[in-house]
Amino acid sequence: MTTAALGPNRTSRLAARRGRQRRWHRNRQPIGLLYVAPFAVLFAMFLVWPTIYGFYLSFTDRNLAGASAPSFVGLANYLEAFADQVVWRSMGNTVWFTVLTTIPLVILPLVVALLVNLNLRGQWFWRLAIFMPFLLASTVVSQIFTWLFNPDLGLINAALGSIGMTGPAWLQDPKTAMTAVVIATVWWTIGFNFLLFLAALQNIPAQIYEAASVDGASAWRQVFLITLPLIRRTVLLVVALQVLASIKVFDQIYQMTGGGPANSTRAILMYVYDTGFSNYRLGYASAISYIFFVIVVVLSLVQVRFFSRKADR
Amino acid sequence: MTAATLHGSHVASGGAVRGIGPRRWFEPGRSAAYLALAVLSLIWLTPFLWAVNTSFKSETDASALPVSVLPAEGYTTGAYARIFETGDVPLWAFNSAVVSIAVTLLTLIVSTLAAYAFSRLEFPGRRVLYALTIASIMVPTQIFIVPLFDQMLALKLVDTYWGIILPQLIHPVMIFVLKRFFDEIPMELEDAALVDGASRFRIFLQIVLPQSRPIIAAVAIFVFIGAWNNFLWPFIVTNDPNLMTLPVGLQAVTPGYGVVFALRMAQAVLAALPLVIVFLFFQRQIIRSISTTGIAGS
Repeated sequence: MTTAALGPNRTSRLAARRGRQRRWHRNRQPIGLLYVAPFAVLFAMFLVWPTIYGFYLSFTDRNLAGASAPSFVGLANYLEAFADQVVWRSMGNTVWFTVLTTIPLVILPLVVALLVNLNLRGQWFWRLAIFMPFLLASTVVSQIFTWLFNPDLGLINAALGSIGMTGPAWLQDPKTAMTAVVIATVWWTIGFNFLLFLAALQNIPAQIYEAASVDGASAWRQVFLITLPLIRRTVLLVVALQVLASIKVFDQIYQMTGGGPANSTRAILMYVYDTGFSNYRLGYASAISYIFFVIVVVLSLVQVRFFSRKADR
Repeated sequence: MTAATLHGSHVASGGAVRGIGPRRWFEPGRSAAYLALAVLSLIWLTPFLWAVNTSFKSETDASALPVSVLPAEGYTTGAYARIFETGDVPLWAFNSAVVSIAVTLLTLIVSTLAAYAFSRLEFPGRRVLYALTIASIMVPTQIFIVPLFDQMLALKLVDTYWGIILPQLIHPVMIFVLKRFFDEIPMELEDAALVDGASRFRIFLQIVLPQSRPIIAAVAIFVFIGAWNNFLWPFIVTNDPNLMTLPVGLQAVTPGYGVVFALRMAQAVLAALPLVIVFLFFQRQIIRSISTTGIAGS
């Protein structure tokens, strides 16, 4: 009854508001340009322009070390990139890193949020412990984990040794370096996803659970039949945000391994950085950027279509 | 209506119902939940506690074998003393403060103005600009660091505060969050003020902004944390150690000679301290800020 009464009332209010808005807008039109101008200028200068300029650069041999003006080289940079083993290795590493981080960074914070949401005592402490690492700079995280992963002096191998296991050389071993970086990343960023999940869980009205309890639904059934379906949108959001965050990884890998050993952890953004700033080849670096850019844009479009279709259902 | 009454009775007798029925079933579950959370929290706190522990050891103890929690020579603040002798860390912390405060204030100004225009004003190009802004959320713009750096070279902004600050002022997500909030503010007050002859800018300043305090605080906290911890761009655009921010300085400059594990951990702890302290005081606000602005991505 109440909803029925609310319905038309609300629509008419909205319509009235929209009418007002239109009247308002018609009165003074171009003044809005003044308000967006600061943002528009920054956006154009530091986001749109580098994108366009990078496209131009990718067809030149612009080199920071060379004094001569850059000359047009056509598709040479792109052809070189497609044949460059390190480009593909970096792309592969980036995808692998994204897979390895996204799975635990969705499941683990979800489980922790479900636990914390049981209304256990000491809420502030759980939140503090899980969330605090997110406040640290990547440099701090990298220094702490480089120390923990130290093969001889590190706490992790000392702990493994105390239970009779010999720990690997972690960051110095191509077989374990990626795992070590992933562990540090999960520790560092779990807090963000945890908060998103917790906020979503706290939005679920308690009555729903109470009704389910009365009906005799077990805790497990409640989680799978009530909670997870209700926060499905948040789960999809966290997956999307996490993929976007992982795919542009740079900081912790650069600081912990520098891409090594033997390129086993080199991510695409790092290769762009090395090409541009260690080898001074701005043109070639821009071409690699553009290949990656196109891949990410296509991926985003696929994701948007996939998620919007899921949300419709 | 009947449903509402039913719910009411459930809520009222909720405790009793739980006490008899499912509650007992839940008890072992709750203990297990406590145990799981305790183990996880311990694991999560250990790296930080270990760093603090190492930072108070002498270098000899820090690199002594076998690894032990307690130092043989006893705890010392030597590592911290050495940091303050060189003076790098306080200088970098100062730079970080300047940059993050400037980025936060300027981002707030730029983003609230733009969001207000997108929410309330019709102007040529509005739809296109807003669509572009939203689209840029989905693109990892860091990928264009190389052309951006080349552009900064041309603008002579390399190794300047402005060079660090300006590219960090673009926050499409925050504009989206603010616009959505402005959209929800009823327009009656603004209409009345407009009729009374108040200027558009005064309306924005004295009516819209005060009503938006919670979301502005949320955006400010989020942007500040991001700017304080930002690494890649400040790292690329500064070579002068005197201009480096804290995260960049820690990475770019190797402290001292030889074995410096305790020193590095002391640096890490000092670098982490400001935000950790702020967090302890403003836990609620910070958590709310992350939840509201983070979720806005949906």
